[in-house]
Amino acid sequence: MSTKQPIGLPTYFAVFAALLVLTGLTVWVAFQDFGVYNNVIALGIAVIKSTLVVLFFMHVIHSTPLTKLILVTAVFFFLILVAFVYADVWTRDMLNLPGRPPLIGG
Amino acid sequence: MSSAALHTQSDTNYLNDGFGIRSWLLTTDHKRIAILYLITNTLFFFMGSVMAALIRIELLTPEGDLVQPDMYNRLFTMHGVIMVFLFLIPTIPAVFGNFLIPIMIGAKDLAFPRLNLGSWYVFNVGAALIFYSIFKGGLDTGWTFYVPFSSTYSATNVMTAAVGIFIAGFASIMTGLNFLVTIHRMRAPGMTWFRMPLFVWAHYATSIIILLGTPVVAVTILMVGAERVLHLGIFDPAYGGDPILFQHLFWFYSHPAVYIMVLPAMGIQSELVAGMCRNRVFGYRAVCYASVAIAVLGFLVWGHHMYTTGQSPYAGTIFSFLTMLVAVPSAVKTFNWTATLYRGSISWETPMIYAAAFIGLFIIGGTTGVMLGTLGIDVHVHDTYFVVAHFHYVMVGVTMMGFMGGLHYWWPKITGRMYDAFWSKISALLIFVGFNLTFFPQFLLGYMGMPRRYHAYPEQWQTLNVLSTAGASVLGIGFVLPAIYFLWSLKKGKKAEANPWGAVGLEWEISSPPISHNFEETPVVINEAYDYQAGHVGVIPSTEKEADLV
Amino acid sequence: MSDSTGATTRLAHWYRSYEEQTESVTLGIWLFLVTEVMFFGGLFMAYTLYRSLNPEAFAAASHHLSIFLGTVNTAVLIGSSFTVVMAVWSAERGKQKSLVFWLGATIVLGLAFLGIKANEYAHKWHEGLVPGPDFVFHDTREGVHAAADPNRARMFFHLYFGMTGLHALHMIIGIGVFLTLMVNAIRGKYTRQWHDPIPVAGLYWHFVDLVWIFLFPLLYLIGRH
Repeated sequence: MSTKQPIGLPTYFAVFAALLVLTGLTVWVAFQDFGVYNNVIALGIAVIKSTLVVLFFMHVIHSTPLTKLILVTAVFFFLILVAFVYADVWTRDMLNLPGRPPLIGG
Repeated sequence: MSSAALHTQSDTNYLNDGFGIRSWLLTTDHKRIAILYLITNTLFFFMGSVMAALIRIELLTPEGDLVQPDMYNRLFTMHGVIMVFLFLIPTIPAVFGNFLIPIMIGAKDLAFPRLNLGSWYVFNVGAALIFYSIFKGGLDTGWTFYVPFSSTYSATNVMTAAVGIFIAGFASIMTGLNFLVTIHRMRAPGMTWFRMPLFVWAHYATSIIILLGTPVVAVTILMVGAERVLHLGIFDPAYGGDPILFQHLFWFYSHPAVYIMVLPAMGIQSELVAGMCRNRVFGYRAVCYASVAIAVLGFLVWGHHMYTTGQSPYAGTIFSFLTMLVAVPSAVKTFNWTATLYRGSISWETPMIYAAAFIGLFIIGGTTGVMLGTLGIDVHVHDTYFVVAHFHYVMVGVTMMGFMGGLHYWWPKITGRMYDAFWSKISALLIFVGFNLTFFPQFLLGYMGMPRRYHAYPEQWQTLNVLSTAGASVLGIGFVLPAIYFLWSLKKGKKAEANPWGAVGLEWEISSPPISHNFEETPVVINEAYDYQAGHVGVIPSTEKEADLV
Repeated sequence: MSDSTGATTRLAHWYRSYEEQTESVTLGIWLFLVTEVMFFGGLFMAYTLYRSLNPEAFAAASHHLSIFLGTVNTAVLIGSSFTVVMAVWSAERGKQKSLVFWLGATIVLGLAFLGIKANEYAHKWHEGLVPGPDFVFHDTREGVHAAADPNRARMFFHLYFGMTGLHALHMIIGIGVFLTLMVNAIRGKYTRQWHDPIPVAGLYWHFVDLVWIFLFPLLYLIGRH
């Protein structure tokens, strides 16, 4: 499939350079304190990097709609897993049932 | 159009295309691999049945007199593990899916035939490990492997069985991946998505579940193994771990796994109803969408197994609401099968008896499922025989009826022989009666409060337990009969015609048994599935020009 | 269908055309990657959940990881993804020598990653941070009010070794695959018409890279300021 619409070499080099720059950036950011945004920034950069890899290195940008659908499906069901487990854990202590050890520790 | 029919009866077929053990064990023919699976899985089914028989004999009397409690725990665990992981989950896709999907879509084989053969070997390595742990003394965790019992306290052979399940999961993934690629890429010209038989649609939805769910249970087993062997206590509260997280991960797979068991059976059901009533399945597209909807919604409801095990009641409420949604596509299918009977020309051959049994049992199994999905009711009947009866109505009532119905429907196609009509009807009726006699009393027992997984019980429950054991005996006879008349048919059965039921579908337009490459030439599909007006769906175009017209 | 002998002999008999074959194997590897997403997904879910429940202990534990080695390894792995891209590019153009070179470069970078990882593991072993009977944990952070609970910090290392270990296992398998590809490439098995295994293995390698792109910030970086 990739043979039909090849991505040129300059794009590959540019993506490679961008990935290295973003790696440096995420390390630099780790030593700054943005409060509650620390985790958001770290994961945000990781999402950008992975998007670059998926779109250009894995050729998804020129792939069939089916491939894109498969990718979205995988991410969607992973998020379902995360969302429902979090929905349980974060509401579990709200009833203050007696005799339950605290979930959140130091 | 002067098109040729697909089928020319010839003496060569996939069964006599090569003899000897090597031609079977190294085959890449999807039809032969299906038969390999049929042989091993039937064996596993009978082994699991022996455990069930012992359980029912123990429960004949209130006292625990046949086995000790420790042995009883092992019996129901091994019954569950064998039946769920080695029979119910793999069998219909690996036997009927393997045999029929390429034929139904007009392909020569699955997309990856060697992967298909590999899956059978991988599956058997997993099965061997499970049986190894059983012969070493078994395991007693229940088929659900809940931590911390499975990870810390159980002194039985948990690890070998868990690794066996892990490996069998790979075989499942190989099969599911193969089906998805085959259905997407290898359909014959003219075989559009909405011309595919509903059997293929059902397996498409099943494969999606297999691919999304199985890896999660695989990594969960790895985590339990790491905790048990390497003491990496991922679910251990001593290190801030959460045992309920195990249940989440386990049921994220194991609830959809119920749909891995029932969706293929529903696919068979659609074929049986259409073929036996000679009628197009009512609301064909609705059934297609219902299959996919069940696959997706099945991933949103797993928490209904955890209402009483420490899950947040708020999450429980959400899961309870979402559980009601699954009933919608299930009901759509049930109504549509029933509506297909209307103005159909019904013939009460053996497959039709199974199809009718399927509808009745699925209604009982499904509606009790809605009851159990309701948070308030489940809190009261959780872990009672009500639950046991419910999931046997779904797993046996649906999956087993589908399997038996499919076996009787396609046996002439698979083997080229007819089985004995009279005895097969007797057996189908025995299975239906025996099944209800076994499991309906368990609904009553559960509602009265008899808990599951105990080897003894108070005396006032003996009558219902005796009924249940009596039913199990009838069920046992019902399952032994087919083993006899099917084997008899291989030697003495009448030769089957290409289309013994007068059904419509590509598999009925080729010879019985099929040739090695299924079709002498790639067919062109010109009609929708179950087109009983036209009477056939595929043709071999006699000229190139005709092929272009289609 | 191509008339070239190389292409026709590579067409398995159950496919109707060469395109159908390429599309099938590409779809196959993508579906396999879906299973991999869900497989690692279970671990990522467990990790983020426990991290959110024990932020202090996990932050204290992650202070024992070397950001320097982690960054170098990230660069090495991104580099190997780039060499894979070049290998696919060469294969599409039938450049055999260049294909062999880029496959070899990928293997070298993959081995370098594993070497650095082994070094990190050895370091953890000496520090007593490998969970087991000899596990000891000291909170080395400065300016914190209370030292983190060693038992909950230990959970970080359960997951650290579990996740990086599984990732390393995928790397080892990938290197094995690429070695096979390189031997076949040297023998001239891949032509401009038929080179399906190269992009297929490439997609797998990129996926392993993607896992690391998320592991790196989650394990090494969060909570380090």
